[in-house]
Amino acid sequence: MADTRPGKGYKLAVELKSWKELPIGGVVPGGAKPDMNKTGSWRSLRPIWNEEKCIQCLQCWMHCPDDSIEIKDQKMTGVDYDHCKGCGVCAGICPVAAIDMVPEGGDKCAR
Amino acid sequence: MRKVMTGHKAVAEAMRQIEPNVMAVYPITPQSEIAEYYAEYVHNGKVKTELVPVESEHSAMSACVGAAAAGGRVMTATASQGLALMVEILYIAASMRLPIGMALANRALSGPINIHCDHSDAYLARDCGAIQVFAESAQEAYDYTLLAQRLAERDQVRLPAIVNLDGFTLTHSVQVVEPLDDERAKKFVGEYTPVYPLLDVENPSTWGPFAMPDYYFELKRAQVAAMEAVPEAFLEVQKEYEQATGRAYRGFFEGYRLEDADRVLVVMGSTGGTAKVAVDELRAAGEKVGLLKVWLYRPFPYAAIADALAHVKQVAVLDRAVSFGAYGALYSDVATAFMHRERRPRLANYIYGLGGRDTTPEHLTRVLSEMKDAGPDEGLRYIGLRE
Ligand code: SF4
Ligand code: SF4
Repeated sequence: MADTRPGKGYKLAVELKSWKELPIGGVVPGGAKPDMNKTGSWRSLRPIWNEEKCIQCLQCWMHCPDDSIEIKDQKMTGVDYDHCKGCGVCAGICPVAAIDMVPEGGDKCAR
Repeated sequence: MRKVMTGHKAVAEAMRQIEPNVMAVYPITPQSEIAEYYAEYVHNGKVKTELVPVESEHSAMSACVGAAAAGGRVMTATASQGLALMVEILYIAASMRLPIGMALANRALSGPINIHCDHSDAYLARDCGAIQVFAESAQEAYDYTLLAQRLAERDQVRLPAIVNLDGFTLTHSVQVVEPLDDERAKKFVGEYTPVYPLLDVENPSTWGPFAMPDYYFELKRAQVAAMEAVPEAFLEVQKEYEQATGRAYRGFFEGYRLEDADRVLVVMGSTGGTAKVAVDELRAAGEKVGLLKVWLYRPFPYAAIADALAHVKQVAVLDRAVSFGAYGALYSDVATAFMHRERRPRLANYIYGLGGRDTTPEHLTRVLSEMKDAGPDEGLRYIGLRE
């Protein structure tokens, strides 16, 4: 598990370049992929998924604005903390309250 | 073939020949007619352009940005408040280096609300990163619409380009215009090759990413380099235009009876024509007066203008908009051009023609005459204002 505390485990996508080396108009050729930039360090609340309560309705996956609900074989498998912003939409939409939002760095943090 | 048409029709004809893939427009006086003519071309099957009638100018420029990033050749047209609403996105278009072509029917910004000509809209977009050209006549508006598109799309440039034409004075008055035949115009403008088009799904790219303090500055510097490439490209495109059409536009500005002039007016837009009449009258009376009419306003051709005015004793720079709390924007640029020169003419700044106020040859002969005995000049002077 990556350390997502501010300033820790944070890596720049590329080495800093001169202005002459930059692609035109700030374009990212090949497309900017999520693994190039870990943005989960902005989060102040952390969603904790309780697998035993989960009924696999995938509402959280449909509503997550940051594509941070992880899915395998059409089943919810957890949260991508490298990119999750802690907005709480998943916890709000979950019909069986299987997701708790806890303060980052708080005692209740499960991971 | 010579034809009789308004400035709007001339610009619409040039746009028809350029035939952009997408044109996104919202109607605003005095620009609306350009879009109306273009809609007619689309309706009559004369162009294959996707005309997008949007719900505001903010959306018009946003649609242009999207379409240009997707890989299309894109154009639009606006005026005054419409441009003001576009400006936010125009900065983004320039930073994304999208060669969007735009006609700007110059009209005073509110308030008070006024639909007539001045250059406050063009000045508002002065620092956005778009190329700006000013036309004196419907003919120039036509020619520069073709030239500016080719210029904007050049590899080292790739910036939005605005062609300014004075609202009503040029847009709605009928003049003699000689458009090129379609084949020649199309051949001159050529095919457009986008870079990193979003629709090329085999080669994905991300446009408009976030840039933090570690990259924003470098990206802006790269944008400066694109602007710096414009003057040379501008002259090359003028030369290509001359070769393709026999029409000679040479240089960043037009000098009229300038070579031996002691007193000179510097103007942009349709007032260039008025100034020529004033210059001719005084020349007939033996006075050494001349005119410098700016075509390329952004990037500003500092050195070329200082060279062209090096021999002149007195220069009156005419600004058709107020930059509140400062000298006029054109005056500031001309003054900056002489910053590091030993020999400088005496400069005066006149504000004229705000909100469509008429400026006549008599006004300008008076300016040229009073310059003769004028002392050191500080502050703004006004033409055609009731005291
Ligand atoms: S907290 Fe927000 S960002 Fe994080 S997984 Fe839930 S919905 Fe997605
Ligand atoms: S919304 Fe709740 S129950 Fe549905 S998949 Fe997500 S965590 Fe499980």
